[in-house]
Amino acid sequence: MHIVVCVKQVPDTSVVKLDPVTNTLDRSSAPSIINPYDAHAVEEAVRLKKKYGGKVTIVSMGPPMATAVIKKSIELGADEGVLISDRAFAGSDTLATSYALTQAINKIAEKEPVDLIFAGKQAIDGDTAQVGPGIARRMNIPVLAQVDKVESYSQDNNVIRVRRKLEDGHEIVESKLPCLITVEKEINELTYSPLTNMIKAARYEPVIWTTNDIEVDRSQLGLKGSPTVVGKIFAPPKQSGGEKIEGTAQEVVDIVMDKLINVHGLFAKEGV
Amino acid sequence: MAEKFDVIIVGAGPAGSAAANVLAKAGLKVIMIERGEYPGAKNVMGGVLYRHQLQEIIPDFLDEAPLQRPIVEQRFWMLDENSAFQFGHKDLSWAKPPHNNFTVFRAQFDQWFAKKAVEQGALLVNETVVTEAIVEDGRVIGVRTDRPDGDIYADIVILADGVNSLLAKQLGFHKELKTSEVALATMQVINLPAEKIEDRFNLEPNQGATIEVFGDSTKGMVGTGFIYTNKDSISIGTGTLLSDLVKNNVRPHELLETFKQHPMVRKLIEGGEPKEYLAHLIPEGGYHSIPKLVGHGVMVVGDAAQLVNGIHREGSNLAMASGKLAAETAIMAKEVNDFSENVLDTYRIKLMESFVGQDLKKYKDATHMMAKQPQYFNEYLPLLNRAASEMFTVDGTSKWDKQKKIIGMVQERGMFKTAIDLYRMWKVMK
Repeated sequence: MHIVVCVKQVPDTSVVKLDPVTNTLDRSSAPSIINPYDAHAVEEAVRLKKKYGGKVTIVSMGPPMATAVIKKSIELGADEGVLISDRAFAGSDTLATSYALTQAINKIAEKEPVDLIFAGKQAIDGDTAQVGPGIARRMNIPVLAQVDKVESYSQDNNVIRVRRKLEDGHEIVESKLPCLITVEKEINELTYSPLTNMIKAARYEPVIWTTNDIEVDRSQLGLKGSPTVVGKIFAPPKQSGGEKIEGTAQEVVDIVMDKLINVHGLFAKEGV
Repeated sequence: MAEKFDVIIVGAGPAGSAAANVLAKAGLKVIMIERGEYPGAKNVMGGVLYRHQLQEIIPDFLDEAPLQRPIVEQRFWMLDENSAFQFGHKDLSWAKPPHNNFTVFRAQFDQWFAKKAVEQGALLVNETVVTEAIVEDGRVIGVRTDRPDGDIYADIVILADGVNSLLAKQLGFHKELKTSEVALATMQVINLPAEKIEDRFNLEPNQGATIEVFGDSTKGMVGTGFIYTNKDSISIGTGTLLSDLVKNNVRPHELLETFKQHPMVRKLIEGGEPKEYLAHLIPEGGYHSIPKLVGHGVMVVGDAAQLVNGIHREGSNLAMASGKLAAETAIMAKEVNDFSENVLDTYRIKLMESFVGQDLKKYKDATHMMAKQPQYFNEYLPLLNRAASEMFTVDGTSKWDKQKKIIGMVQERGMFKTAIDLYRMWKVMK
């Protein structure tokens, strides 16, 4: 089984700061990491490979420094990886990104047909969750989004059964391969990589493809190919107001209880 | 079958990366194993890096190393509660290449230094803890890591695993460190605009200053406070002998807070925004604490070998020098295909002949003496301040009378005792 996993390098949003003037992410303030959902996608692909044989190929788009996430994927057990990197991709929205990645996957498939594509549910910087499904649409294959468990895979009829996480429960669905799966973090726990993988990754030099290496229609790339317009970016207003209650522990508890019960109507049948 | 290398280096700090640079350049198959998320992630020093040893390894480091400010002025304060006896030296020729020393952030510098080794062909594996040296027939033949399939082998293992060096301890090269052999350094990086730093420290852009502060900065305990200028921030910290902290029941973070609030210090960092908080053990045992440095198939370098000159605040340069010497010895051993202790002992001999061994020998008793004789920090420094205040206060008293008063202060302590103390100090510093 040849599995392709789409990964993205993102700023670690748990530490990133917002530029107070432009309201955009100040990317220099945070280390770059592999999008956490994508790491779980790689892990799941590697687990399937171990079970059913085959190969895991990583594809990513970004500046040259994004080769770091391909190396990280090799640590997790992927076999090889390609970064597509070109100034022509700069400014791509999800539509243009899914186009560029699709063309890259098509090229990968020329060498070895692709059976399954994995991606993270969404990237933690943009939170759009659109690129994965976009690739599936462009390739005209089914998309199984927000998967938190691979139930089974039948080699005989080439069907995968997965569990999708919905807002109010789960849905178990099946699809013929090839298809595209986007994963939740709950799908697996990352394995502590064996030293051999770490050494392989330290040595690995990811392949970089530019627009000279993949067949692309330039009008669909970068800013030109990106119809998305950002209307406004703003930081959510800071919470204000509030009240600091001081006193001994007993006094503080009394005041809080009084407020909860008498002012906010806790336990009251219809509130006050 | 686990892979075999020419050399495994445990730890990608200045010593490890220096060795890796030299080895990889010579074409040896070398791997660095670092427990941090990246080299430097777990490393701390006040921040002064000396040029010379780095330049020997990376001649054109000036163009690319992540340096903060070249230092043009080194100040020293003998601090009391309300006064400071100060001296220092400023040399503007240090503002020009080749410079003398620089302030750096270890998280940036170590990453860069390791990357240079990788560019030469060394492998770097991060986030991996070496748990033990693999020993067979009395020879170190590889290391075991905490990862699955975690054994790797090499002709030589270089231990650059830092002050606590658990691996050197496992091999019986040293015992558990005593609290009197290490200082605990606690520091903060405080953001401050460059212009403010330059105004407050009397500097031109791209010039730096350092202040070493003795006495009240560590409440009379053996140690120093330090204030170093970075590009847009100030590193401020205290380093105190761990045994003194324990004996006096002082919490290091409280010591640092008190130092920051000191009236002589407060204005220098006023308005700054704390950016980072760091703490680390620093080897202070000096010459007497140097462990066994060489065994069959193994050499110990850097902090793991306790190579720090506390008197002159040098450490990373000693680390680099030791890493380089160990690497050169490994290259020689590879040529003769003999990795026995006998051959690797060349490293120890060369190290001890170099400035590293010589300087540590010069000050071999200094820290121990000061730890045993607390009067230098908690009596003489206040005395010096009182004497200076007496001399410089103009109050109608004649200078002869002032001199008499000062001599009286010394007599209070005892002329003979003071003479002995002075002699003792001269003896450990000479």
